[in-house]
This record gives sequence, structure tokens and C-alpha cells, in this order.
Amino acid sequence: MSTSPVEVDQPEVGSEVDEVTMTASPWVTIVWNDPVNLMSYVTFVFTSYFGYPKKKAEKLMLEVHHDGRSVVSTGSREEMERDVQAMHEYGLWATLQKADAQ
Amino acid sequence: MSPGFNRHRRSGACVATFSSYEADLLRSLAGQLIELLRSEEATLDQGDEWEAQFDFSGPTNEPDDPVLARLFPTAYTEDEEAAGEFRRFTEAGLRQGKAATAGRVIDDLEEAGLPSEPADGLFIDVELEQAAAIAWMRSFTDMRLAIATRLGVEDGDEDYWAALPDEDPRAQVHDIYQWIGYLQETLVEAVG
Repeated sequence: MSTSPVEVDQPEVGSEVDEVTMTASPWVTIVWNDPVNLMSYVTFVFTSYFGYPKKKAEKLMLEVHHDGRSVVSTGSREEMERDVQAMHEYGLWATLQKADAQ
Repeated sequence: MSPGFNRHRRSGACVATFSSYEADLLRSLAGQLIELLRSEEATLDQGDEWEAQFDFSGPTNEPDDPVLARLFPTAYTEDEEAAGEFRRFTEAGLRQGKAATAGRVIDDLEEAGLPSEPADGLFIDVELEQAAAIAWMRSFTDMRLAIATRLGVEDGDEDYWAALPDEDPRAQVHDIYQWIGYLQETLVEAVG
């Protein structure tokens, strides 16, 4: 959560402020459902790699299972490439894309 | 059949006992995986010779073999160029990592006493620390992905496989696929 700045200038539409906000977390890692990976293993990967609490990991795993996909992390493009690479190391089917392209 | 992995109460290690047949089967699957990972390597894009001269790192195109294509999925679905770049910088390392992980399974089995030509009636006790357990989990996943891709396993097709006659070789391979899934499940549970 961010705190409120002391002085606030009303940002214009399409101004630099918007771009700064956009570049802060413009990319996402998506894990896709596959018929092979076990629910318990997918949950394990989300807890051990991302450090998510078990509850959050299970929620994401169930999203993958029921909706076919889930956004599992958000960040810079470089960070998301690292996450996708790590998911491929674990044998999960992962892709990355711009957050607004979902 | 092996009851899979358990957590050893005092050491915290993941332990399992395999018959020599089971241990030999795992070694063989790990060996096949390594062979596959080393095949069809560095298929550089021949279309761009100028670029290829500066390219020492890896392939940019999806592998032809469907198993390799599943093990190394395309990271960008709507940007071919970015997907190629990602593959160039990651696939060779991922291949080496997966081959090393499968090699670790073989080493662990052999260190646990699996001889090159195991006799019947021999049992192999495997004891895995945390890092080794995660390596085995990853390799079980790769083995299952490979078998499932070859067999054409899909969501909710259990009845189809169960209805195949026992003597059908695909049914036997599917049994192995399920057995590795069972080992995987018990290992995840044991690592907890």
C-alpha cells in the first residue's frame, strides 16, 4: 500500500505520472492448466518458489485448475522472464505478457 | 509395489524403498529423459545468417519434438520475436538443468546401492534431503510430461486408459505414468 503524497498535482491524462504507474508493474506471469501436473505439486511450487502462504498458493492453483489459467506474479518484464523461466524449470506451463493485455 | 515416500521422523529426510525393478525403471526413465534433452540441440534459425554469426547462445525456434516443445513452452504467445529471444537465452540452460536433475536421480539411486544389473529380490532404500527431494520432484514432473505427451493424455480421460486391455503396451506405459504420479504425490506430502 502506498501512502498519500504531501502535495498532489492533478495528473493530466497521458502524462508522465501515468507512465510511471504503468512501468511499475506492467507485466504478469500466467500459469496455464495442463492435464499432467498434480494439484499438490502446483501448490508446492507456488509456496516454495514465490514464498506465498499455503492459502494463496492453493487459491492460485484452483484458478489454474478451474479457469484454465491464473496470474501468479506481477512485476517488471525482467522479473517476469525470471519467473517464467523458473516455472519451466519446475515443469509448469507459463507465459508472460503485459498486464493490460489480459 | 513401493508405498512411496515418507518423512523420516528424526532426520526429516524423505525416505522410500524401491524394488530393484522399480529403481531400475526410474533409472531408465531418467536416462531416456537425458538422451532426449541432449537431442535436437541448438537448432539455430538458418534464415538469418547475419544474426546467426553472432549467436552463440541457443535456438530461437520451438523444438520439433512435442515433448521438448512441452518442456520448453513458448513464453510469449503473441510476440514471436520476443519468444525467440527468450528461448535463445533460456532453453540451453533449462535443458542442461533438467538433464542434471535427471542425472541426480540416477546418481542417488546408484549411491543407494542400485547396481548396473540388479538382481531380483534386491531392495533400494533412498533417503533424500530437501534439495534432493525437490530435484526428484522436478524430474518426476519431466518424466510425466514426457510420457503424457507421447501417450496423448488429456484431462478427464481416466476411463479411456482404465478400459484398455492389460496387454496393450499403452496401458502399461500409462500405469508407469500413474505410478510416477503416485510417487510424486507422496514426495510432495513428505516434503510438506
